[in-house]
Amino acid sequence: MAVAAEVVAEAQLVEHRRGFWQRWYRTPSFVGGVSILGLIVLAAAAAPLITQHDPAQQDLLHSLGGPSSSHWLGTDDLGRDVWSRLVYGARTDLRVAFLAVLFPFSIGTLIGLLAGYYGRWIDTVTNWLVNVVVAFPFYVLIIALVFVLGPGTRSIYIAITLVGWVSYARIIRGEVLVAKRRDYVLAAKAGGLSDARILFRHLLPNVITQAIVFAMSDIVLDILAIVTLGYLGLGVQPPTPDWGRMIADGQTFLTTHWELSTIPGVAIVITALGLSLLADGLADLLRPE
Amino acid sequence: MSEPLLRVQGLQVEFKLPRGVLRAVDGASFEVQPGEALGIVGESGSGKTMTLRALVGLLPRTARITAGTVEIDGVDMTGAGKERRRELRGRTVSMIFQEPMTALNPVMRVGRQIAESPIVRLGLSRRAAHARALELMRLVGISDPTRRAEAYPHELSGGMRQRVMIAIALSADPKLILCDEPTTALDVTIQDQILKLLGTLQRELGVSLVFVSHDLAVIAQTCSRVAVMYAGQVVETGTVEAVFREPRHPYTLGLLRSVPDFDVVRERLASIPGSPPDLASLPAGCRFHPRCPFVQADCRSGAIPLIELGGDRATRCTYHERCAEDVRLEPVIAGV
Repeated sequence: MAVAAEVVAEAQLVEHRRGFWQRWYRTPSFVGGVSILGLIVLAAAAAPLITQHDPAQQDLLHSLGGPSSSHWLGTDDLGRDVWSRLVYGARTDLRVAFLAVLFPFSIGTLIGLLAGYYGRWIDTVTNWLVNVVVAFPFYVLIIALVFVLGPGTRSIYIAITLVGWVSYARIIRGEVLVAKRRDYVLAAKAGGLSDARILFRHLLPNVITQAIVFAMSDIVLDILAIVTLGYLGLGVQPPTPDWGRMIADGQTFLTTHWELSTIPGVAIVITALGLSLLADGLADLLRPE
Repeated sequence: MSEPLLRVQGLQVEFKLPRGVLRAVDGASFEVQPGEALGIVGESGSGKTMTLRALVGLLPRTARITAGTVEIDGVDMTGAGKERRRELRGRTVSMIFQEPMTALNPVMRVGRQIAESPIVRLGLSRRAAHARALELMRLVGISDPTRRAEAYPHELSGGMRQRVMIAIALSADPKLILCDEPTTALDVTIQDQILKLLGTLQRELGVSLVFVSHDLAVIAQTCSRVAVMYAGQVVETGTVEAVFREPRHPYTLGLLRSVPDFDVVRERLASIPGSPPDLASLPAGCRFHPRCPFVQADCRSGAIPLIELGGDRATRCTYHERCAEDVRLEPVIAGV
């Protein structure tokens, strides 16, 4: 009997060792997402190596030129190299989006933890704030906030944090409400562990997965927000290249040079697709057993 | 007799519910001496688990201790502040739960879970705490602790998980361990191993146990004294030997009679008729009277006090002599 139990335990142990690192390559969405995103990040990181022109370098003699060996994707109305602007734009937009997701992620997670665990007035106040923020459409609120705060990346971070934390707070709060009724929390309390320890060492690792998965799709939202702001002239300020600004600039020539707006548009779609696949794959892989 | 490690007097736990106040525990009193094992036995809903949770101040949010005192190692838990109570938990009194799968953190390696209390509560270094965790795992009979310490709870079998739970309960050197049906979720063979382990630990480390179970055989195997609970009240207390051989409360008698026994073929394997009362609408008088075979007219009105019988025994039955008589006619052995 005991021997049989040992054998079963052994088998389970082996089964689990085949965890994340043994399963990720068999999850198509994860592999797809990582490949797409990996290529984009790699291109953004290696931007100086794979471009021949400064993205801000104007060349009015060769404006609106078609693709050539010197300008792979042609030039825009000011003669700037579209390929360089695309790659450097990826740099800007990805960096801003990843950073912009970090603040709401941390703040929302913390607030969600506290609200879910302590309940009472903390929960009441949190819910009230969440409802106030959720009452506005996401993009409208962000655009309004950036408009008030003034254009620029700092405003983008502040606006996205003010609006974005609610999603994380809601996700984590819900998870904590379920998890805190589990016996292991009671057991930790029975062991005399402090609230802070129970919150961060015991509850957090159990509830964080959902927030991480959401963060992946949240980056997509943030990229779209940044691009939208750039398009409206409220985002990253020129001469720093940015996909939103590229679309806006190309719009004027849509009838004659449709590719000027379309190329950054396609880049956005591919990035979003990569991130969505990654989020999907992560959700599969990180699902608690 | 030395000073008791745990002294509970007139403990009352009430739930505030929308439909009214529910008294889950009503005037429970018992003592546990150092190194002693006390069993609390009763059906589900009899208040035994709530009693246990009240002892360490871990009641659900809607429940309150409304009367009585709990004294652990000379400290009044009911009067103590939140921090003082937390101080006692783990160090003086710890707890083992029914379902080891849910009582262990699923995303933390078991070695770290055992080492946590020594680091936080005893102030050991990481390395020393890890060594202590391995030592504790050996103590509770986990073979190959070095490898098992790296496992997650779901990689272990039920028996192993309960052993880990026991190791965690022991990790900060408590004097008293509260066990909430620790073997209910396990196979019978594993159950026996765990009970033997708890018995060994009690003898060798001198820890006291409070053992909550609905299983009389489990209580008989591990405890020296027993308190029988029914509808929130302690209805009978005494040594396991005395109570199980000669119950003085018809509820205890009914419980013992309903245990199947291989050695003695019973003429009647009785079950207690009816079901436990709803705590919101308790019967007047003795709470057991609607199900009692010996019920008399005066059982139906007026609360029945706990009657001291001498020899450390007490019962909440006016007609306890009838139980004794019934047992003399047909002994209960109940595999004890």
